[in-house]
Amino acid sequence: MLENLTQSFGRVLDRFRGPGKLSPEEIQAALRDVRRALLEADVHFKVAKEFTNRVAEKLEGEAKLGRGIQGSQQAIHTFHQELSRLMHSKEASLPANPGHPMVLLLAGLQGAGKTTTAAKLALWLRKRKNSKVLLAACDLQRPAAVDQLVTLGKQLDLPVYSETPGPGVTPEGVAQRALEQAKTQRYDAVILDSAGRLHIDDELMGEIQAVSKAASPDATYLVLDSMTGQDAVESAQRFNDTLELYGLILTKMDGDARGGAALSVREISGKPISFLGTGEKPGDLEEFDSDRLAGRILDMGDIVGLVEGAQDALQEEQETKDYSKMMEGKLTMADLLDQFRMLKKMGSMKKVLGMMPGMGKMSGLLDSMDDRQFSRIEAIVLSMTPKERLHPELLDGSRRKRIARGCGQEVSAVNQLLRSFQDMQKQMKSMGKMMKSGRSKKRLLQQFGRPGSMPNFPGAPKGR
Amino acid sequence: MVLASFKRGLTRTRNRISHALRKLGGDTSTQVTLETLEELLYTADVGPLAESLLIEAESKLQSGDIGSPSDIPAWLQNSLREILPDSNPSPIRFAEIGPTVLLVVGVNGSGKTTSVAKLVRWLQEQGRRPLIAAADTFRAAAVEQLCIWSERLGVECVRGSDTSDPAAVAHDACARLLSSDADVLVIDTAGRLHTQKNLMSELEKIARIIKRQIPDAPHETLLVMDATTGQNAIQQARRFGESTPLSGVILSKLDGTAKGGAVLGISRELGVPVKFIGLGEQVDDFEVFNSEEFLEALLEPQSVE
Repeated sequence: MLENLTQSFGRVLDRFRGPGKLSPEEIQAALRDVRRALLEADVHFKVAKEFTNRVAEKLEGEAKLGRGIQGSQQAIHTFHQELSRLMHSKEASLPANPGHPMVLLLAGLQGAGKTTTAAKLALWLRKRKNSKVLLAACDLQRPAAVDQLVTLGKQLDLPVYSETPGPGVTPEGVAQRALEQAKTQRYDAVILDSAGRLHIDDELMGEIQAVSKAASPDATYLVLDSMTGQDAVESAQRFNDTLELYGLILTKMDGDARGGAALSVREISGKPISFLGTGEKPGDLEEFDSDRLAGRILDMGDIVGLVEGAQDALQEEQETKDYSKMMEGKLTMADLLDQFRMLKKMGSMKKVLGMMPGMGKMSGLLDSMDDRQFSRIEAIVLSMTPKERLHPELLDGSRRKRIARGCGQEVSAVNQLLRSFQDMQKQMKSMGKMMKSGRSKKRLLQQFGRPGSMPNFPGAPKGR
Repeated sequence: MVLASFKRGLTRTRNRISHALRKLGGDTSTQVTLETLEELLYTADVGPLAESLLIEAESKLQSGDIGSPSDIPAWLQNSLREILPDSNPSPIRFAEIGPTVLLVVGVNGSGKTTSVAKLVRWLQEQGRRPLIAAADTFRAAAVEQLCIWSERLGVECVRGSDTSDPAAVAHDACARLLSSDADVLVIDTAGRLHTQKNLMSELEKIARIIKRQIPDAPHETLLVMDATTGQNAIQQARRFGESTPLSGVILSKLDGTAKGGAVLGISRELGVPVKFIGLGEQVDDFEVFNSEEFLEALLEPQSVE
């Protein structure tokens, strides 16, 4: 997720990681790189310019104060601050005081992913807010768009209000009648899917305005493809002029687009990014958190995101326990097995590992990695006795040999797993300490931002 | 009017670019000139290519190869024309003997299904007898969407059930192609992100299955690319090309304010030409790509803002 932007920044920030002060020339060169990285990440031209100007001013200001410019700490801190600022969302993902039912309208260009997002959002509301949600199929333009929503509704067991497109059936009419049904049947929320339209198509912009007037939504989201380039800003502004947007929903975040356009829209329109669509599965929708994303971009990883995903996959209570145990460094092989199984439930390994600290730099590794490698690890652990799993220190040469035979792998693979396991234990422990003592994120960043800070798993190619 | 409808789609693009260019006329300082040029190129989604063009422009201004800033549009257009190949008389390479197979691929929401419908109409206008295969068995109601189009166009549509293997649909469609009097098959595929390995290998499988019956097929593999796509476009084209070599791009949704400048990168980096452009929701809003027109529309100064 955003791994390319992460990579670009990783490269730039490597310049800052050396000891000592930075010369003005070094700063200039780094800023040029940053600007190029932003532009290549589809950040809008003007936003990129302002961003680098701001960072430059800050760094120069520090220099003038006579403090000199420290290498890593200072520069990374400044970048982190500015990036967070760039992405910061003050508003919550959902409107604060919605009516009953809460009405949400989705708008956007053709192919942005509105219909899929409508279903995902309904599922999210049902799961997270325990809401009874009605979907309304107001896209009467695209052939079979109504069918698409109805089919999705059936697949996910979500009720859909739809009418057969024909003369006299208007999107605002559908919206109105959906709303009536939602009221009489006591729904908590209604999500209105709308037709894709160009922001310069006056007729269709008028149509969605009519839908908006008829339904007076509590929030209107612009659904935006994360692969969009410079035009994102233009179209978002036009939509905002017509509809008064509440926030943005970024789709297709599981691709390798760098997502810079979204940051620009956020910066220029002032509208927050509310949700991210992160995969093909209906459950792949996340609430957006700017600090987390800035951290992820700066390669700090997304521990919170990791834990949240895990909570979905497992019982919440049990999970909290495991997590704290891990943080105390009391990780056992049995935990590891649990973790892997949980990770499997959470989704593909690649996605999960992408959230872990330092992993952004290793995206090459992630690409080449498949879930089979984790099945191999699982096989090793399964070949251990329950006692061995809790006390890996028992594993002497002959036990290792037995395990290797049991799982059909080389002894070296078992050894490698044990080594990685020890590294992981150590890291979890130090991370736990840091989190407990409440030390700054910066320290975490320093600790985990370095290449090779994550243990290598057996069978996986080494990170660079 | 071919040119007229194309230009209508690009009017807003021109307005902004010509505005930027007009600013150049008033200020001859090299720095300002280059900055304006930079903004022009980057906001057109031209991307990293912009940087090399800028460096070149700077040295040419200094050496006197470019006399004054007002010569820049012409110089720019020439440079860009070298990157975007001239269009061929026929964008589609039809099979010399036997029927032709066209495979249409792209990321989710790029406009594949609509582009397939438009391409089929274009083929009909060329006097061909097209057949459609609805091999997007993933997205809900995608098959219905295409079948509605095929009815409107009066073309047969080969479909499997909603859950069937897309390669099986492609196989059935090839068999139908060989037994019917149709002479060109257009295969619509499910949208897939180029980062999803399993879905990319599914595409490879489709191509493999087609070859079993028609060895030199697919004759064209066309990537449908949304004109609003930014720098990810090149990565898309690269990855798709790795699973099924691309022969061309259909640049869709060029009727908005997006400039589609990313195709320059695709053409330069990967040598994949643009073959068609899509300009709207109507089945006729589709034209053979013309590099000269594209660039002219992109850079032509406009008197009215």
